[in-house]
Amino acid sequence: MGPSGKPTLLEVRRITKIFGELKANDAVDFDIAEGEIHALLGENGAGKSTLVKMLFGSLQPTSGEILWRGKPVVVSDPATARKLGVGMVFQHFSLFEALTAAENIALSLGGNTPISRIAEEARALSQAYGLPLDPGALVGDLSVGERQRIEIIRCLLQKPDLIILDEPTSVLTPQEADKLFETLERLRSEGKSILYISHRLEEVKRLCDRATVLRHGKVVAHCTPSEQTPASLAAMMVGNEVAAVARPASIAHGWEPLLEVRRFDQPARGPFSVPLRDISLEVFPGEVVGIAGVAGNGQGEFFEALSGEVLQKRADQVKIAGKDAGRLGATARRVLGAALLPGERLGHGAAPGMKLSENLLLSRHASDRKAMLGGGILGLVKGGAVKRAARRVIEAMDVRKSAEDPEAAALSGGNLQKFIVGRELDRQPRLLVVNQPTWGVDAGAAAMIRQKLIDLSRAGSGVLAISQDLDELFEISDRIVVMADGRLSGSLKIAEATREKIGILMGGASPAHHTGHMEDAA
Amino acid sequence: METWVAILLTVTTAATPLLIAALGELVVERSGVLNLGVEGMMVMGAVTGFAGAQIFGDPWAGVALAIVTGALFSLLFGFLALTLATNQVATGLALTLLGIGISGMIGEKFIGIPGLRMEPIFVPGLSDMPVVGRLLFGQDPLFYISIALTVAVVWFLFRTRAGLTLRAIGDSHGSAHALGIKVIRIRYLAVMFGGACAGLAGAHLSLVYTPQWVENMTAGRGWIALALVVFASWRPFRVLIGAYLFGAITIMQLHIQAMTLSEMTFLPGAIYALAAWVKSVPAQFLSALPYLATVVVLVLISRNRRLTMMNTPAALGRPFVPDR
Repeated sequence: MGPSGKPTLLEVRRITKIFGELKANDAVDFDIAEGEIHALLGENGAGKSTLVKMLFGSLQPTSGEILWRGKPVVVSDPATARKLGVGMVFQHFSLFEALTAAENIALSLGGNTPISRIAEEARALSQAYGLPLDPGALVGDLSVGERQRIEIIRCLLQKPDLIILDEPTSVLTPQEADKLFETLERLRSEGKSILYISHRLEEVKRLCDRATVLRHGKVVAHCTPSEQTPASLAAMMVGNEVAAVARPASIAHGWEPLLEVRRFDQPARGPFSVPLRDISLEVFPGEVVGIAGVAGNGQGEFFEALSGEVLQKRADQVKIAGKDAGRLGATARRVLGAALLPGERLGHGAAPGMKLSENLLLSRHASDRKAMLGGGILGLVKGGAVKRAARRVIEAMDVRKSAEDPEAAALSGGNLQKFIVGRELDRQPRLLVVNQPTWGVDAGAAAMIRQKLIDLSRAGSGVLAISQDLDELFEISDRIVVMADGRLSGSLKIAEATREKIGILMGGASPAHHTGHMEDAA
Repeated sequence: METWVAILLTVTTAATPLLIAALGELVVERSGVLNLGVEGMMVMGAVTGFAGAQIFGDPWAGVALAIVTGALFSLLFGFLALTLATNQVATGLALTLLGIGISGMIGEKFIGIPGLRMEPIFVPGLSDMPVVGRLLFGQDPLFYISIALTVAVVWFLFRTRAGLTLRAIGDSHGSAHALGIKVIRIRYLAVMFGGACAGLAGAHLSLVYTPQWVENMTAGRGWIALALVVFASWRPFRVLIGAYLFGAITIMQLHIQAMTLSEMTFLPGAIYALAAWVKSVPAQFLSALPYLATVVVLVLISRNRRLTMMNTPAALGRPFVPDR
């Protein structure tokens, strides 16, 4: 019997998983009752994903046991997990872009039910749970929210007793997230159990019955989220209080925009790419401008256009520090004073197989030519100066690494992100354009990065931050604009912006349009 | 008329080995594996096909031996590239070099020996029809097999659950693994199918095309098959079109080169003018023509970028190492 008086569905006893010398999970204990939403909390690298993968059979525990309805079980692979009644909605979706929704669902069901039957069942189930879905649509054409619906429907079609959701709301609009919570609450009322993994403490507090907190692979607390505050939950995860980000009032540093985009259009560059339409934007010295939006609405394309990865048709479509930059590549834009931080770390933000110092040189050889290159036109690398700069960045950003100057790929995602951000901040750029500044970075480090972005702007630079994390944008921005379907909304001063207004804009409707709807409803 | 039927017959003979080898490689690549060893597997099929026919006195024994050899030879690639996750490009190239070397060694004593030819099968009644009868119903058995194989591959890939699974693995092996699909096992099967097809295509060369053994007798056909798969954007019927186009232009340019203008006067005016023009350009250009024309046509039919990207196996060539 669980503490709530309901029978226990799943119990994990002293489960341990060792990778080489790392104890990813160290004697973890917890249990889930029937009809319970149980939260699994922890920072990056705390071992949540490892634990969940063992429950779903993708990984095997080094020691410890799993009990299902009181009986010890060995979950040797995902098929066994599904047979037991465990379903999983993955964080990084495990969907096939080149296949249709129905085909994707069919693949996970096994058996030989005709696709058309599966499509019908999926449609019926999606209507029953209020999760609209077109079974014939190609996944590659769908938004992230729609893809998640496929994952959920796929999971529900297997009629699981326990559903594992790995950071389900990290890619959703607030409205989509609300819709998801309704679905989850309904599933709970039907007696299903849910294991819910999230960084978002507010939603854990709102939704979950109990929580297990992991730190460095160990359970540090079991608690009831409704009795906690987000701050106390965060403290349990991190082990100490997370410093709040301080945002002093923005000081005007002049009225010459550091970044100016005027009526910029760009056609779609591939089948899964979003066309940009009529985008105008200015970033002034001394401010942080945030771009909100659901992933896949053109933010990636807009960043590529700003960074010079994709050039504009006319030079005056993008101006950096007053100079036409539309036909300039990334290096020339950097020389104009821009620092560019792509969302993809490996392959865009850093070359995986190269050392940190080499990565630093790659992005700064032109803008810091005097400091890093010598020998006149020969441009010989000053190895010592580059290494010193890399060390400076590593210290300033508290990058944790295993070797003196490791390859970029050897760092964990969060640590690499700290290095990449630090590499650009170290230049004191006049303009910083950053896509997903704290994606996959844990609470403590994220707070540090956000603070540094604000500090940079208060020193007179302009910062443009693209993020899917609304909380983050509310913390750092002076103005917020919203990107939906390749268009940019007008900007909202942070004092006027509310989550609701932003959420409506993220859904693609103009505010006026939406008001009309509300009147209709009234 | 007789001349034309004879020429068209040689076209199908030239196209069939390309088609068979390319279909095998298409299935391999649809599963996300790039096996550049087609040429090597094909030449192994050619030598063992010839040897089997000689030893057992029956071309069909040669065909069976070639298929088994191709599949077993591809297992070497499978073990290196799938189990040990080596670089697929390098491993495939090594397989080709190895195949050419080993086949030369095995085939040494077969050089100059007249081979056994696979006799054409005449479908009673149908093969008596004028022109098409001989072309469609009076061919060697491997021609019928190659056409059936095309239909079977289309049916398998796009109509069966197993084919869906195979395409899914080619799209994202990580996702497939997360769903509990046995990625490595299915890729092994795909690679072996590709090997068997390459072996069969090789047997066609040494038992139908030119019934004899000549060292390195595949002469780059394995590479053509590989290129066909890519230019056909991984679609079986386009592979068929490509193989026949390539075969047709190869044969046509050979005939045009061999004939004198006075021999061609029976041709209709426009074609005669074209042939006359073609004869006036350097022979090297003519030899390059099949390659050029095939590339141009296949690029034209796959110019829909969206469709091409949907059909391109996204995981192609990326080694898969499950995290255990």
